[in-house]
Order: sequence, then C-alpha cells, then structure tokens
Amino acid sequence: MPAIVPTTTAKTDAPAASSGSSQRRSRTAYLLLLPGLGWLGVFFVIPIATLFFTSLQAPVEGRSGVYQAAFQISNYAQALGDYWPQFVRSFIYAGLATVLALVIAYPLAYFIAFKAGRWRALMLVLVVAPFFASFLLRTYAWRTILADEGAITTALNALHLLPEDRILNTSIAVVLGLTYNFLPFMILPLYASLEKIDPRLIEASGDLYARPFTGFRKVVFPLSLPGVVAGTLLTFIPAAGDFINARLLGAPGDSMVGTAIQVNFLQFRDYPIASALSFILMAFILVVVFTYIRRAGTEDLV
Amino acid sequence: MSMSSGSSNLGFEVKDLELINLTKRFADFVAVDDLSLTIPAGSFFALLGPSGCGKTTTLRMVAGLEDPTEGQILLGGADLTRLKAYQRPVNTVFQSYALFPHLDVFENVAFGLRRRGIKDVSAAVTAMLELVELGNLSRRKPAQLSGGQQQRVAVARALINHPGVLLLDEPLGALDLKLRRQMQIELKRIQTEVGTSFVHVTHDQEEAMTMADTVAVMNKGRIEQMGAPVEIYDLPRTRFVATFLGQSNEVPGRVTGSSGRDILVDAAGARFAVPAARSAVETGDILVGVRPEKLSISTQGTDIGDGVNAVTGKVIDASFTGVSTQYLVMTSWGGEWMVFEQNHTLGATLRPGDEVIVHWRPEHTFGLAVDSPAVDGLVAESA
Amino acid sequence: MRWLRRNIIGIIAVLVLVYLFVPIAVVAVLSFNQPEGKYNVTFNEFSVSAWQNICGVPGVCESFALSIQIGLLATVIATIFGTMIAFALVRYRFRGRDSTNLLIFLPMATPEVVLGSSLLALFLNITFPLGFWAVTIAHIMFIVSFIVVAVKARLQGMDPRLEEASRDLYASPRATFRYVTFPLVLPGILGAALLGFALSFDDFIITFFNAGTMVTFPVYIWGAAQRGIPVQVYALATLVFFLSLVLVLVVQGVNARRRRRLEAAVASS
Ligand SMILES: Nc1ncnc2c1ncn2[C@@H]1O[C@H](COP(=O)(O)OP(=O)(O)OP(=O)(O)O)[C@@H](O)[C@H]1O
Ligand SMILES: [Mg+2]
Repeated sequence: MPAIVPTTTAKTDAPAASSGSSQRRSRTAYLLLLPGLGWLGVFFVIPIATLFFTSLQAPVEGRSGVYQAAFQISNYAQALGDYWPQFVRSFIYAGLATVLALVIAYPLAYFIAFKAGRWRALMLVLVVAPFFASFLLRTYAWRTILADEGAITTALNALHLLPEDRILNTSIAVVLGLTYNFLPFMILPLYASLEKIDPRLIEASGDLYARPFTGFRKVVFPLSLPGVVAGTLLTFIPAAGDFINARLLGAPGDSMVGTAIQVNFLQFRDYPIASALSFILMAFILVVVFTYIRRAGTEDLV
Repeated sequence: MSMSSGSSNLGFEVKDLELINLTKRFADFVAVDDLSLTIPAGSFFALLGPSGCGKTTTLRMVAGLEDPTEGQILLGGADLTRLKAYQRPVNTVFQSYALFPHLDVFENVAFGLRRRGIKDVSAAVTAMLELVELGNLSRRKPAQLSGGQQQRVAVARALINHPGVLLLDEPLGALDLKLRRQMQIELKRIQTEVGTSFVHVTHDQEEAMTMADTVAVMNKGRIEQMGAPVEIYDLPRTRFVATFLGQSNEVPGRVTGSSGRDILVDAAGARFAVPAARSAVETGDILVGVRPEKLSISTQGTDIGDGVNAVTGKVIDASFTGVSTQYLVMTSWGGEWMVFEQNHTLGATLRPGDEVIVHWRPEHTFGLAVDSPAVDGLVAESA
Repeated sequence: MRWLRRNIIGIIAVLVLVYLFVPIAVVAVLSFNQPEGKYNVTFNEFSVSAWQNICGVPGVCESFALSIQIGLLATVIATIFGTMIAFALVRYRFRGRDSTNLLIFLPMATPEVVLGSSLLALFLNITFPLGFWAVTIAHIMFIVSFIVVAVKARLQGMDPRLEEASRDLYASPRATFRYVTFPLVLPGILGAALLGFALSFDDFIITFFNAGTMVTFPVYIWGAAQRGIPVQVYALATLVFFLSLVLVLVVQGVNARRRRRLEAAVASS
C-alpha cells in the first residue's frame, strides 16, 4: 500500500493566456463568417438599400424608363394610392391561406409527432416531397382540378355553394392555391415544436382532464405555440408576396401586391413606384420580424 | 516521497500524478477548491463524491479539457498545466464513452496511435482488443455493441496509448447492476495487468471501496478525507464522510474529561468513552459516532457488562434481510439509530415497541466535530 | 363509429397527405396526355409520345440543363459559405452574434418578390448585366441561409464529447476537424446541399427578375403557360419528382434498415 502524501506548494500564478487565445478564437470566427455574411451584405443588404433609394428617384424629363436620384417621397403616396387594393388583397388572401394552412397542417403534424411510430420518417419525407415537383406546374395543375367542368366545381355548384358558379379564376382559387403551396412551411415548424413535447404529458393531461380536447387546449396547444408562430410567419410572408397563384389561378381583378411589383418593374419599367411597393412590403415584414425578436430573441431564428 | 516513475509489466511508464492547489472557478462558482493531492504511480485511485462536487471538473483539468483557474498538475514531476489535451500523456474513458460512431472498433482503438503518426498499428490494436476480450468484434461499429462492450472499447482506446495515468469518469454509470459488478472485476484485472495508475470517478461508494486501493471522498470541490477504504470506513474524520460512506449513528454531546487514552463525553444523560486518537475534537461539542454493524442490541435490563458505551431506546422497526436483521431504534433523546444484527438465532428476537439497550465497544467509537467543516488538506495515512 | 372517433386524426393526416399529392398526380397523368388544343389541362387521350421525345420541343431541355447548371454552381458556393457560418455560430463566441443571426434570418423571412426586385434595383443601378451570373449570385444569396440552418442543426446535435475524446487521443485541432468533426457533419452538409439545389432549381420569382432574356426551366414554364405548356415539360417534371423521391426513400430505407440491424445486434449481444 503506497503512501499518500499531502502536498503543499506555493500557489502558482493564474494562467494569463486565456484572454489572448479567446481573441484568436473570435478572429477565426470572423474569418469563417466573412464570405457568407459578406455575400449577404453585398447582395441582400445593399440591394434593399438600393431599393429604398430607387423608390425615391424621379423620372428624367422626356426619357421614359430613365430615372435620377431625388427625394421624391410622393412616390410612396402614389404607390399606395394606386395599389392599395392590391395590398389589402394580399394581406387578406395571405391571412386566409395562413389560417386554412394552420387548420389543415395541425392534425398532420400532431399525427406525425405522436402517432406515426415507425412511419414517422416516411411521412416527413412525403411532406417535403412536393418540393421535388415544379412549383409552377403544381400550381397550374389546380386549373385541372378546379376546372369549371371538373368534379369539384360541378358538385359544389349542384349544392349552390359557389357565389360565382365557379372556382377557377376567382379569389377562392387564389386562396386555395396559396394554402396548398405553403402548407409544408406550416407543417414542418409545427411538427418540430410538437415533437419536443413529452408524450407522457399528453397521457398526464388525459388523466387530469376528462375530455381529451380540454387536455389538448390546456397542455399541448400552448406548448406548440412557438411552432404555430414560426409556421404562421413562414406561410404568411411568402404568401403575401406571391404573384404566381394570382396570375395562374385568379382573374385579373385578383392581382396582389407581388403582381404590381412585377408588372411595374418588368413591364412598365416604373422603377421608383415598383421599388416603393417592394419597400413597403419589406418594411411591413420587418415590423413583424422585429416584434417577434423583441419577444423571443435571435438565437432560435436560425 | 514515493517513486516518481518506473515501468510496469506491460511496458507502461508509471508515474506519480500530483495536483497542487488546483482550483477551478466558473464565474463566481468554485467547482474545485484548492485541491492538493498525490496519486502514487500504479495505484487504483477512486474519487468519490456526490453529484456536482467537482469530480468531472477535476478529471477534465488533468486531461487538459478544462484550464485550471489556479494551480499545477505534475505527472512524474513534469508540469502538464500548460499543455494542450492532445499533448498530454493522459487518457480518458468518458462518462458516456464518446466512441466515434463513424469508426469501427478497430479504428476507434487505433485512433490515438494513428494521430501520433504510428504507421503499423494492427499488432498493438489486436493485442489491446485481446486484453479487453473484444478480439472478435473489431469490425463492428459502436452502435452495434452492447453497453459493456462499448465500455471496454473505450478502455482499450485509451489504454493503447500507454498513458501515464488513465482517467475514468463514471465508466460504469450506464450499466445495469450485474454488468457493473462484472466490469468492476474486469477493470481491476486490467489495471493490475498493465500497472498504470487509474483515477476512477464514481458516486457509488461500494464500487469505490471494492476497486480502489485509495479512496478520496470529495465534497463541494474539496477532498474531505483520503485513504485506504478500510481505514476511511473505520475512522471517518468528518460527518460528511461518515454518512456518505456507509451509515453512521450519532449522538451529540460535550467532552467533559479524559481517562487514559480515551476522552469522556457526556451525551443524552449517559457517559461515553471515545479513544482520543479516533476523535476529531478534544474539547467542547462533539458528535459521538458508531457504525450500525458494530452495535449489539438487547432488551433493557439485560446485563451488558462494564466498559461499554450504551444508549437506550425503543424499537420502531425490525426488518429481516436474510444475513442480518436491521433494527430502527428511537433513542431516548429522539434520534433514530440503525442497528444491524447478525442472525445467529432464527428470526427477529425483538419486536417494534420493545424497550432496548444498544451497546458497543469504545474502540469502535469515533468522534466528529458538530459543525463539521470540510477538513482542510488531507489526513495523512500510512500503510 | 368508435373506430372513427379513435382514428380521426390519422384519417385527417392521410387525407392531408393525399391533398399534398393530388396536383403532382395530375402532373404525372397529364404527362401521358395527347392534349386536344394547345393547353394541356384536361385529359384527352393516352400517349407516351412526350416521354419518347422528351427534348422534342425546342428550348425545354436547354432550359432544363441551364437550371441544373445554375443549381449546381449556386449550391456548391452557398454550401461552402453556409457551412462556414454554421461552424462559426456553433463553435465560437464572438461579438455581433445577434446581428449575424438576424442577417441570416432576414433573407428567409423576406418575400421573394422583394429579394428579386431589390437585386434587380441594384443590378440596374450599377448596370450589371442580367442573366446567368446575376441569377447565380441571387441564388447563392437566398439559399445560403437555408444551408446555415440545416448544418447548424446537425452540428448542434453532435456530442461535444466526441471532439474532446479526439483531443484527448492526441489529435490536434486540425486532426480533430479532419477525422472526427467533418466526417460526422458531412451527412448534414450533403442534406443541406440537396435542399439548396432543390430551392435553386425550382426558383421562379427571384430568377424571373434577374434573368433578363435567359430562360431557366421555371421561366420556360411561366412563359409557356400563356401559349400552352408542352407535354414534354410535364414529363420532365414527373421524371425529376420520381427520381428525387426514389433517391430520398432509398437513402431513408437504407438508414432505417441499418438502424434496425444495429438494434437487433445490440439486443442479441
Ligand atoms: N462549464 C461550466 N460552467 C459552469 N459551471 C460548471 C461547468 N461545468 C461544471 N460546472 C459546475 O461545477 C460543479 C462541479 O461539476 P462536475 O461536473 O465536476 O460535477 P461531478 O462531481 O462530476 O458531478 P456528477 O457526479 O453529477 O457527474 C457543478 O456544480 C457544476 O454545475
Ligand atoms: Mg461528472
């Protein structure tokens, strides 16, 4: 049995190296960030700034499609004056689509998270699988499904449920298209937050509350709120800016703000008005995002 | 001092590990507090303590995975404190093994050799896998192994580098009881075979006592007591050690005098003799302590003879465990004592409600300080 | 009735999945159509002629190849940038973390029209030519964030002890990265790249703003929608869909089978 010797020695100096090495570490971090963030700086931030400057430009007298630097705030008044119906429609359509998507997505996300068992991985693949097929063609396919002589329209017409006797080329088709297109963006964040919930909590709530729905309302739904919020943002934002569904499925009178931006930029070449419209949309989104960050911080964003 | 380095039967360089005033602070929290100790070359050393007492932090500092706030780490006299983890001749068996999931058993074990630029590894790896009895599984991935097999891969992966000291952080924590006992024996065998020092962290006192030749009991970042398992168990120096390592019965009292080699204590209306050498205090308040299996129990009125320490009370619970009967006794001053009595006769002889006298020989008594501060430095024990 | 009540969520879930696939099924069916007029909207007559002659309409396969080219280029660059950012975010502490998170999040939260139109505003102002490079630049910009998110998730899911074990076993930081970190994160990086490619390949809105006269596959479809989309486009889209689905399912299946085998092996040992 060896001897255990109590050791007493003068204290050594505390290591002073740590601050130097942490500086070196953060330099590595900046080097790693540089290319990607630089790219985003040049091709995301600067364009947004350019968008803002362009939105204030004034036309050059006598030369159509040519503009010069100015401070023409009236562009915003004009953009809103001319296109407020498009803004209103965009938010209504996107809002309706988001609510519909939430209602449709929740049961599926819930099922995958708690009941799918060994089918879980497969079902998740199926949720993202539509992304493998062309967005435009999938949207266009709704023209076939909702066609005036098609089964769905005929059936609903027989019940006199359609105000315009048709779905295609109405705002209903636009909202349905938006709902369909952005549904996976609702399902995935919902699933992500539901999956974190301990299934035993649900059993426990089954014990506590007589009716399953009460248990759901008091336990599961509150815990899934981060997913609801994320899914709502991820559905609403792209839907509000979309112009494909309005163009392919709606009537000319269903145009949305995205349509207005596209037409002004690419057809009328009225860059200041187009930029003003785009910037208003961006500003609106920024308000939403910053409200969210004030509540939840940035760490869970990405 | 003991030998500082030498070599073992399997070509290991065995070295003393010395920790000198080692301290780790996380912001304001002191996780390891001015720790000084020497682990002699070739010993099986167990670091025992409750969760959060700083065991893992201590090992991580030795491994180089955590920078000490203060203090030094010496191995065979050489200062390791400023070396990076990958420069230290020290290896770790991690709490959850941390086997590389993308490499098979062979490559996991070969990892350290390859990183040190050793070209021909296969003989060494094969020999090491033989040592841990995994020769036939070398092409399996870690996920295809049972818990005990993974544990042995983790040991082999560390040992193949012939570290000056092997650190094991609760290596058996994830195993079930039966496998755990088996692996305890296995680890002990491997240690004896290779002869290098093992520093084994655990919060299982039985594991520490059966495996180690030296146990250090750690509490709140400090070592409360260190020594051979038998010695620590027989003579705990603090209340924490007495209760953490086994069970302990205590009665609070005051030192009133001495008689020969004993000090005399008045407690609960009785007088107790405590050998002065077995008491942490010599005057004032004291806790008189004794282990449950050192006690005898009889009905009151029985003649217990002279020169014994005794307390009276009432049996509140008797449970028959086979090898012994355990009595829970409510003492005259209101404390609960535990008594283990060998079953020399058939069945429990005493029943709840019986008035009893519990007595023991003075040389089994130990005296502890009442407020029981953590003992500073270490209690020197020699063989 | 009780059966219905108990399984109602499952039934709804399956219906929602069916709903997700109805338009895709329509596309697949229409790829075997011989349309009556120029619009391929209602099923007229079964025909495999589009499949036999998939590049038969001028422009279709050219635009398809162009989309693949842009997708590959943008994905490679964005994957490198995004992976670097993900490592910085997970492995380092640095000042400006909040702004970094925000800068990565915002492109994902910005509607594509705004992304596309603002880049166009920039390119017009500095008279940068629209077309291949403009679109590639745009794609890198908008997929980088998605790559960061995917790789970051993988990195965060990795047990930090594995890297510690590697350092403990004489691996320098560089060797630890090469032999432990990178191999473990690689599947995550590949998954992220696949996602990036899918996003780029199928992007229409951002591309449309910056393509000038260049015609990618989605731009071709958009233009053709006015005058009738050739059946060949349906065939190509169907082909891409099934190939991707099969690829993903095979990878999944292999993983699942391997997992089951491992579990069996562990259980029996
Ligand atoms: N990185 C850290 N930052 C802050 N506090 C820490 C850190 N690591 C450990 N601690 C704290 O230091 C104390 C000691 O931790 P340590 O991991 O060494 O405990 P332990 O004795 O190994 O416990 P266990 O038996 O549970 O593994 C704990 O209270 C813990 O909370
Ligand atoms: Mg620990």
